[in-house]
Amino acid sequence: MIGFWVLAAILVASAVWTISASKPVYSVVALLLNFAALAVLYITLSAEFLAVIQIIVYSGAILVLFVFVIALLSSGVSPFAMGPNRLPKIALPAGIVAFAGFAFLVYAASKALMPPARVGGPVGAPGVFGSVADFGTALFTVQLLPFEATALILMVAVIGVITVGGEQMREPPDARRLQARTDRAMREAILREGKG
Amino acid sequence: MMAAPIGHYLALAAVLFFIGVLGVIVRRNPLIMLMSIELMFNAANLLFIAFARLWLHNAGQIFAFLVITVAAAEAAIGLAIVVATFRPEKYVDVDEVSALHG
Repeated sequence: MIGFWVLAAILVASAVWTISASKPVYSVVALLLNFAALAVLYITLSAEFLAVIQIIVYSGAILVLFVFVIALLSSGVSPFAMGPNRLPKIALPAGIVAFAGFAFLVYAASKALMPPARVGGPVGAPGVFGSVADFGTALFTVQLLPFEATALILMVAVIGVITVGGEQMREPPDARRLQARTDRAMREAILREGKG
Repeated sequence: MMAAPIGHYLALAAVLFFIGVLGVIVRRNPLIMLMSIELMFNAANLLFIAFARLWLHNAGQIFAFLVITVAAAEAAIGLAIVVATFRPEKYVDVDEVSALHG
C-alpha cells in the first residue's frame, strides 16, 4: 500500500512536470520517469510481461523517437526554441467540464464496479497470472485475431509515415535549391527597395 | 490480493488522464501535446491492467498490449507530421548559409 502511494506520487509529479516543462527535452526526461514508475506499478499488478514491454516500447522506442525529432528540429531557428505557452480562452471551461466529468466517472465506477466472485477465462492460478507463458498462450490462442489486427495497425502506420514523410523526398533537390535561391533574391530585392 | 483497492487505481488513472487532457489543451508545442497523448494512453493502460488483475482475466492485458501498439503507431505518424510541418527549410544547401558573410 505504501508502494502504491509512492508510485502514485511519482506518476502524478512526473506527469505534471511533463506538461509544464519549458523545453520538450525536459518533458522527455519527465516522461521517462513516468513510464518507469508505471512499469513498476504493472509489476505490482502481476503484469510482468507488459512491464517489460512498457520499458522496451515506450522508453526504448517512442521516447528515443521523440528525442530524435527534438534533435532534428532544434537546430537553427526553431519553432520549439521558445514554445508559446498562451492559454486559449476555451481552456478554463473545457478543463472544468472535463474534470467534472472525470470526477463523476470515477465516483460512479468505484460505486458500481465490485469484483465478481470468479470470471471465467483462459486463466491459471493467481500465481502464474500475467506471466510471459500465460500471456503468450492467450495471445496466440484465444486472442489471435486482435494480435493479427496489431500487424495491420503497424502496416497502416508504416504506410502513413511514408506518405507523410515522402512528400519532401519526391521533390527533386535541384528544385529546392532553385527555390531557396529565388527566395534569397527576393529578400535581397526587398531589402534594396527598403534602403532606396 | 491487490496492493491497493481498485478505486485507488481508478482515481490515479483519472488524474493521469486529466493531466494529459490539460497538456493537450494548454500547451501549443506539438511535441509536448504528443507526449500528453501518450500520458492519456498510459492512464487507459493502467486501468486495463488493474481490472485484468482484479478479475484475474488476461483479456485486459491483451487489450493493453493492443493499446501500446496503437500508441507506437500514433507516435510514429504524429512525429512524422510534426517533422513534415516544422522541418527547417532554410539550410538545404550550405552555399545558401550566409549568416557570417559580413
